[in-house]
Amino acid sequence: MADNVRPRVKAPRSAEAGETVTIKTLISHPMESGQRKDADGNTIPRSIIHRFTCAFNGETVIDVAMEPAISTNPYFEFQAVIPDAGDMTFTWHDDDGSVYEETKSIALA
Amino acid sequence: MTRTRAIAALLGAAAVTAGAALAEPVEDKLTVNGQIEMTTWTEPSPVVDDALPQLISGWHFRGTETRAMQADDFDNPGMIYVDGAREAWDTVEGEAGKSCASCHGDVSEGMKGVRAVYPKWSEEAGQVMTLEMQVNACRTQGMEAEPLKYTGTDMTSMVALISSVSRGMPVNVATDGPAAETWEQGKELYYTRFGQLELSCANCHEDNYGRMIRADHLSQGHINGFPVYRLKNTKLNAVHSRFKGCVRDTRAETFSPGSPEFVALELYVASRGNGLSVEGPSVRN
Amino acid sequence: MTLTRRSVMVMGAGALVTFGLPMRANAAAEDAVTEFTGGAEVGSEGVTLTAPEIAENGNTVPIEVAAPGAEAILVLAMGNPTPGVARFTFGPLAGSQSASTRIRLAGTQDVVAIAKMKDGSFARASSNVKVTIGGCGG
Repeated sequence: MADNVRPRVKAPRSAEAGETVTIKTLISHPMESGQRKDADGNTIPRSIIHRFTCAFNGETVIDVAMEPAISTNPYFEFQAVIPDAGDMTFTWHDDDGSVYEETKSIALA
Repeated sequence: MTRTRAIAALLGAAAVTAGAALAEPVEDKLTVNGQIEMTTWTEPSPVVDDALPQLISGWHFRGTETRAMQADDFDNPGMIYVDGAREAWDTVEGEAGKSCASCHGDVSEGMKGVRAVYPKWSEEAGQVMTLEMQVNACRTQGMEAEPLKYTGTDMTSMVALISSVSRGMPVNVATDGPAAETWEQGKELYYTRFGQLELSCANCHEDNYGRMIRADHLSQGHINGFPVYRLKNTKLNAVHSRFKGCVRDTRAETFSPGSPEFVALELYVASRGNGLSVEGPSVRN
Repeated sequence: MTLTRRSVMVMGAGALVTFGLPMRANAAAEDAVTEFTGGAEVGSEGVTLTAPEIAENGNTVPIEVAAPGAEAILVLAMGNPTPGVARFTFGPLAGSQSASTRIRLAGTQDVVAIAKMKDGSFARASSNVKVTIGGCGG
């Protein structure tokens, strides 16, 4: 597991049934591209988060395949429809096999 | 020799004036989270003494998207570090069994206003202290814990946390009384030309702010926005790290973070910004 | 004029300042497009790509893509060492077929967004982003 990887999510606490809401996500991760060299001239191996998903009550909102060109501390902003109260789950998949997760509950307004 | 000098001078002039069309700092208003109103463009305090006609925060010299990133605590990647420091604030460390919270309570109350008046004279220590020095004094004496590396991530995150609770408040460092001698030293450094390029801080930040140096938009060099999340290295940067880089870029042997020269310089540079709001952690290029 | 090392360096620096950084393009980039579209015809309406004209810093460039009715949007940086940036796939609960993110650009280049619509057609949008070397930003 990479060091100090913190996910953060901004989602509303409640929404009207069927409302479209804006979701923002950020995760602290160096996104080592595999292009850099260390002081001795050796290439630092790639180690990035290669996939991000968001689902609500199990149904996909968005699924992102990520490449090294995504900046350090990957940031995404997108929209989701909230048909009902429930849980929004977020996953980030690291090259090293770790999966970071975050869940936000959204109530009906 | 002289012909080369002439060419160099012409190219130097071209480099500095080339981007004239993009030169002006952008007029815009910074309100963070729709709540914290920032003073980013104001009249200089008497301290600055005619050196700058107006005080303009570095925020105004950056592009549209960069300015927007600082306006929201979620969009501002510097706040990730503040979150980490919040946890550290409550964590017990050292032989005395204390955390920062043990003495200072809740950070937003205990530290409100602190960033705005640092660096400042410490009677106890008999010298001007920067915030980093004060954090380490608290750690070593109060907590009996190890000091943090001056420009390391842990220290810079903690300074960012302490800055963040003073956002919006005007920078107001004392330049008189016991701090006066250090302030004068800092002022002298500010106007001293360093390195092979023989540049002083003033050459860029007082004489040429608003112009382009190659592709960078020169600001007035205030430090009210520190620690700063730089897009360039995607991390938080401390004041002394930036000073060290600037001096190195004049092709000089640079000073160390925490050195008396940089402490004096930080006091002086902070005073030039007296009146601007504390913005740290800010977002810059 | 006597050619000293000093004068050659100064002239060289002058040339670089005057002409700036060359635009980058990667041959593999168009292959990445073809792989996504399967060689199908690509229209130009229906997808928007918002990116700054001049990047504050190539390390962190904010972009936004939008394509109403799309299944997926592929984003490529045509001049990066590897062109792939991201592929956004929208699920049934996507509130809109749009997303924003921050990307790395190695130099001045075209950023391209290709949308795959639900009806199987494709659309392409492109934005040229200038990426500069800073001054003495350290």
